[in-house]
Amino acid sequence: MNVGQGNEAKNVSMSRLISEVPVDLPQADSIPGRASFRQEQAAVAEDKIIEARKVSKWYGTFRVLTDINLNVRKGERIVICGPSGSGKSTLIRCFNRLEAHQEGEIIVNGIRLHNKMRNVGEVRKNVGMVFQHFNLFPHMTVLMNCMVGPMWIKGMPETAARRNALRFLERVRIPEQADKYPVQLSGGQQQRVAIARSLCMEPAVMLFDEPTSSLDPEMVAEVLETMTSLARDGMTMVCVTHEMGFARAVADRVLFMDTGRIVEEGKPQDFFTNPQHDRTKLFLSQILSH
Amino acid sequence: MLYSDTVESEVLVHKPWFVVSIFALVLLLFLVFNLTGTAVGELMRPVIGDPLQSGLYGRFAIAFAIAAIFCLNLVLIGFASLRLQIGIVWLEVLLLLLAFFAAFHLSLPFIREKLPFLIAQGLVTTIYISAISIIFASIVAIVAAVAKLSGNGFAYAIASFYTSFFRGMPLLMQIYLIYLGLPQLGFVIDAVPAGVLALSLCVGAYMTEIFRSGILSIDRGQWEASRSMGFGFSLTMRRIILPQALPVIVPPMGNMFIAMLKDSSLVSAIGVWELTFLARTVGQDSFHHMEMLISAAVIYWLMSICLELVQSRVERRFARSKAR
Ligand SMILES: Nc1ncnc2c1ncn2[C@@H]1O[C@H](COP(=O)(O)OP(=O)(O)O)[C@@H](O)[C@H]1O
Ligand SMILES: [Mg+2]
Repeated sequence: MNVGQGNEAKNVSMSRLISEVPVDLPQADSIPGRASFRQEQAAVAEDKIIEARKVSKWYGTFRVLTDINLNVRKGERIVICGPSGSGKSTLIRCFNRLEAHQEGEIIVNGIRLHNKMRNVGEVRKNVGMVFQHFNLFPHMTVLMNCMVGPMWIKGMPETAARRNALRFLERVRIPEQADKYPVQLSGGQQQRVAIARSLCMEPAVMLFDEPTSSLDPEMVAEVLETMTSLARDGMTMVCVTHEMGFARAVADRVLFMDTGRIVEEGKPQDFFTNPQHDRTKLFLSQILSH
Repeated sequence: MLYSDTVESEVLVHKPWFVVSIFALVLLLFLVFNLTGTAVGELMRPVIGDPLQSGLYGRFAIAFAIAAIFCLNLVLIGFASLRLQIGIVWLEVLLLLLAFFAAFHLSLPFIREKLPFLIAQGLVTTIYISAISIIFASIVAIVAAVAKLSGNGFAYAIASFYTSFFRGMPLLMQIYLIYLGLPQLGFVIDAVPAGVLALSLCVGAYMTEIFRSGILSIDRGQWEASRSMGFGFSLTMRRIILPQALPVIVPPMGNMFIAMLKDSSLVSAIGVWELTFLARTVGQDSFHHMEMLISAAVIYWLMSICLELVQSRVERRFARSKAR
C-alpha cells in the first residue's frame, strides 16, 4: 500500500503508516532487489491524493464519523451516498479541514491534517470544494469570483488571472456571463461558475457536496454534464450526490454511508446490481423508486 | 421602499371618506385650540370682525378655514408626481417652521454680525472633533466587533466589558471622567483630546454592535467558500465579509454619525469652543440667546442633511450589486 518516500512532508506520518502496511509488506525488506521495490512503492504513494485512516469525529458526545478508511488515488472518481444525516458532508469537509476530526489520520496531497497545523492554506489551495448552495461571492462579478483565488493565493497578476478565469468559464460553457453578478444567473449557471471558480485554482482534487440538490430538475442536467466532462478529463473527484445515473456513468467506486460509517463500497455495477447490506438495499430501493 | 403591490389602487387622498374624516379631525383639533388671539385671528378679521369679540363663531370660522385649506392642499398634492409631492410637502413644512421662528422676532443684524465667528470657530471645531472621533470610533469598533465574535475568551471579555461600560454610562459622565479623572493619574489632558477620546470610545461601543450584527448577517457559506479556497481570516474579513456587510451596516452607521455630530455638543461642558458652547455664550451679554441658539440649531441640521445625503448616495451605490 503506502510508504511515502522522498517527500519530507510525509515523513511525519511514516511511523504510523508502517502499521497500516499490508501483512506481506514487511517481508519486502528481506527480499532481494529492495531498492526497486521501494521505488514502486513511492510511485504508488505519490498517486494517493486523499488518505483517511480510522477517522472518527464527535460533535460533543455524538459520534458523527466512526472509523472511516478511505483512499482516493489520482484520477479516481468516488461517489458517496447515504441517507441524510449520515455524515457525508462532515466527512468531505474533513478533507479540507473545514471540520476537524478527533481520531485517526487524514493525509491530503502529502500533508497530514491535525490541530496544530499552520499550513491549512497549503492544503486548501489544492482542494477545490463545490457546495450545495453555490456560495458564490455576491459582491463580485462572475469573472472576479474566478479571478480572486489565483490572484490572492498564488499571486497571479491580474491579466493572467483574467485569462485563466475566462479559460475555465469557457470550460463550463458560460464565458458570456462573465461580467454579470451571481444573482443575475440561474441556479445551474451559478453552480457551474462555482465549479469554474474552484477549477481556476487548478486543484489536485475536487470535493462536491450535493452540488445538484438545490437545483430545479432541468438545471441538474447541465451541472452533471459539466461534472462528467471534468471526470472525463481525469480530474480527481469526491462527490456526495444522490444522482445515481451520474454515479453509474462516471464513478470508479461508490461508497454508501450510514450513521457515520462506510457500510458498503464497490464498483458501480456491483454496488447497484448486487448490494450486500440490507441497509444499502433499502436505501437504493427508496432512491430508485422515484 | 416597501413592497408595492401592482394591483391598481386609488389615491388615498382622493377618496371622499378619507378627505371628510381628515377635514373633521382638523376642524375638531382647531376648535379645541382657541386661535382667535393669534396672528391667524388677525388674518380672519374681515370675516369674523374683531377676533377677540367673535366668540364661538370666530373659533369655528377659523377652524373651518384651516381645515378647508388643509384638505384642499392634500387633494391637490395627490395629483402631483411622487418627486413633486415630496418637494411640496418639504417646502410647506419648512415654511411653517420659518413662521414659527419668525414668531421669536429675532434680530437679524445680530445674527449677521456673529454668524461668521460662529462658523469659523464653532462649526470648524465641531466638524474637526466629530471627524476625528468617527475615525477612531470606527477603528475601535471593528477591532472590538472581531474580538467579540472570536472564540478567544480574553478578547471577548475585554471587548464586552468595554461595550458594556461605555454604553452603560451617560456620555457627559465619560467626558468628565476622562477630563477630570485622567489628571488624577498623572496624565494631564487638554479639553479637546479629552473630548475626542470620550466621544470615540462611547460611539465606538455602539458601533461595535453595528459591525458585529453586520458581520453576523452574512451567510456562513461565504466564510466556508472563502476559507475553503485558502483565504486566511483577515483576507476573508476584509475582502469577502465586510464588503457584503457594508450595505447592512450603512444605515445604522449613518444614524450613528448624525447622532455623534450632535453629541459632540456635550464637550462644551469642558469648555471646548465648539458650536454649542459659542451658541450659549456669544448672545449672553446682549440677551440675544435665541438668535444664536436657533442659528446653531440650523447649522447642526444642515450638517445632518449633508450626512443624510452622503448616506443615501452610499446606499444607492451598494444597491447596484444586489439588483436583479
Ligand atoms: N455543527 C454541528 N453540530 C452538531 N451536530 C452536527 C453539526 N453538523 C452536523 N451535525 C450532525 O452530524 C450529522 C451528520 O451531518 P452531515 O454530515 O451534514 O450529514 P449528511 O451530509 O450526510 O446529510 C447529522 O446528524 C447532523 O445533525
Ligand atoms: Mg450534507
